[in-house]
Amino acid sequence: MDLNYSPEELAFRDQVRAWLSANLPADLKDKAHLPKEELMRWHRILAKQGWVAPAWPKEWGGTGWNVVQRYIFEEELGYAGAPPIIPFGVTMCAAVLLAFGSEAQKKRFLPRIYNGDDFWCQGYSEPGSGSDLASLKTKAVRDGDHYIVTGQKIWTTLAHYADWIFCLVRTDLTVEKRQEGISFLLIDMKSPGVTVRPLMLMDGWHSVNEVFLDDVKVPAENLVHKENQGWTVAKYLLGYERMNTGRIGESKRELHKLKESFSEKMNDVRWRDRLTRLEVELMALEITNLRFLDRMRRTGQPPGADVSMLKIRGTEIQQALTELAMQAADPAAAETKALERRYLDMRKTTIYAGSNEIQRNIIAKMTLGL
Amino acid sequence: MNFDYNEEQQLLADSVRRFLQKDYDFEARKQIVASPQGWSERVWATFAEMGLTGLPLSPDYGGFGGGAVDLMSVMEAFGEALVVEPYLPTLLAAAAIAKAGDEKQKQAVLPLVAQGKLRLALASGERGVIGAPVADRIVFFRQGKLQAVERSSLQLKAHRTLDDLAAADIAFQAESSNPVLDEVLDFGTALSCAEAVGAMKFACDTTLEYLKTRRQFGVPIGAFQALQHRMVDMFISYEQAKSMACLACSRIDSSENAKDRARAVSAAKIKIADSARHISQESVQLHGGMGMSEELKVSHTFRRLTVLQRRFGDVDRHLERFASL
Repeated sequence: MDLNYSPEELAFRDQVRAWLSANLPADLKDKAHLPKEELMRWHRILAKQGWVAPAWPKEWGGTGWNVVQRYIFEEELGYAGAPPIIPFGVTMCAAVLLAFGSEAQKKRFLPRIYNGDDFWCQGYSEPGSGSDLASLKTKAVRDGDHYIVTGQKIWTTLAHYADWIFCLVRTDLTVEKRQEGISFLLIDMKSPGVTVRPLMLMDGWHSVNEVFLDDVKVPAENLVHKENQGWTVAKYLLGYERMNTGRIGESKRELHKLKESFSEKMNDVRWRDRLTRLEVELMALEITNLRFLDRMRRTGQPPGADVSMLKIRGTEIQQALTELAMQAADPAAAETKALERRYLDMRKTTIYAGSNEIQRNIIAKMTLGL
Repeated sequence: MNFDYNEEQQLLADSVRRFLQKDYDFEARKQIVASPQGWSERVWATFAEMGLTGLPLSPDYGGFGGGAVDLMSVMEAFGEALVVEPYLPTLLAAAAIAKAGDEKQKQAVLPLVAQGKLRLALASGERGVIGAPVADRIVFFRQGKLQAVERSSLQLKAHRTLDDLAAADIAFQAESSNPVLDEVLDFGTALSCAEAVGAMKFACDTTLEYLKTRRQFGVPIGAFQALQHRMVDMFISYEQAKSMACLACSRIDSSENAKDRARAVSAAKIKIADSARHISQESVQLHGGMGMSEELKVSHTFRRLTVLQRRFGDVDRHLERFASL
């Protein structure tokens, strides 16, 4: 047992750190919400360096890094305060295409995702289908070499920036087992019949939307995997999504900023103890994450259902950090409002990407056998 | 980076577990606890045969030169089985002698400890000393100097702790801190963290089993989401605690300075004490009335975890120390 990074891993971390300090533009640091062109500016800087999609196979532009290197890279991005790499294209759609897409689909979409030519969003949730995703109603009816898609998606993050949306749609209304009638479809946001309406959240930002699909004509070639087998794709993606949800680098940065911004508060033992407990929780999460990575590296197996705990604890810690920051600030001071809005914003983290209650269901069922 | 035990560590852990499963099940333990002396010489002799009593001692004195990570799996197994033999007190006192004793003290004590012929206890400023009534020698510091005195020469008031360990109040004030003692106590804290992790593992496993077998309203109670989520939170709590025990033990072995070591140990202690409280309380609650019963091992695990939370300093003390480093 040796919890230290190897000299090679440390050298890699230093290389990433040095590159970030030279190439991360100061005006992009620590921004919770950035306009599309700023997000894409950062995306292209990473793409030019060859680091925008480390997990992809090398032939498509991946870096060939192992899971530990990828983790170090992500942590350093978070710790440096870099803008997020928007996951819908690079992490999610690409993962699906790589696993289930045809050669033509890969050739058509992957390079454009890599270069930042297409901005993607995710069409999963519907007004009546949140945690119970398989109840979704948006339907796609085959009409010659097209599908005609009708329905509504909701909570669609950054749909107002998006060129494309990947959607779960119902292609068979007759099957008894509702998971069996779902397909995975790629839809051009410029298609006639697609309407995006903003949903303003309590933090005052416009980041999520409703997406209405009214008789949208989608070429059949945009179907990924087989018709009525979209649920397999969705499940694959959910597993993929859960591994990177700890947000450890980001939380380390927040913790560091808390200590700096409120150094006088460290004399308040009650507040200091709350902060220390959070710091310890974050250490425990980090080591747990490394244990999962070590297991993956050793066994070559994909992560098990128990990685859901990274999402649960990581988001709980993110929320607790914003709460602690807000508590330390003067509620009437002008500068406090940004902290308060961040506190509001972070409430989403325990709800999105499979609510923490759903994550607990997953562990209960898959890991504990309940 | 690597979280595996090496082959030797794994073999040792397996053989310790096998022995405890066979000869130290709950019934056997009950008899040991009920015996007048409260520990088993036969078990102790087996520990010695397996090389456990000499594990962290230098080969110069008949030991195997092991570190905290080598001991971690042993302590986890001891925690699961709720071992009452004075293993940790003996190791800590021996570590103090190895670090601060003169050659004569080392020669007189350490080889006998390795052979399982001597048990020790370490007094470090607290009134109660675990293992004291069953130790041959009591080790402590006075004015910076290490002393190892015959137990029979001291006035001891023996009792059993809440978790059935032999302990005694001592009448004199031993030194509570110096660089050597701090290092030994950090070593002890890390090992007791590993022991707590073992006890938590049992509490989680047995509660999960209960949820699957206990039926009410016509179904196993584990079918209820309210209980599933609480069980998941126990499991998460356990995994976080386990991570921190790995951190503490590996930093004991690899830290280059006292500050790094102390930070890791205090962080582990904070998390593990919180997890121990959470898991022990939930394990009793989810067992319902049965959890309160003396007849179930889970109630004894509850008692051990209740004591371990506060051994080597409670959460508040470690929060204070962590923040000061």
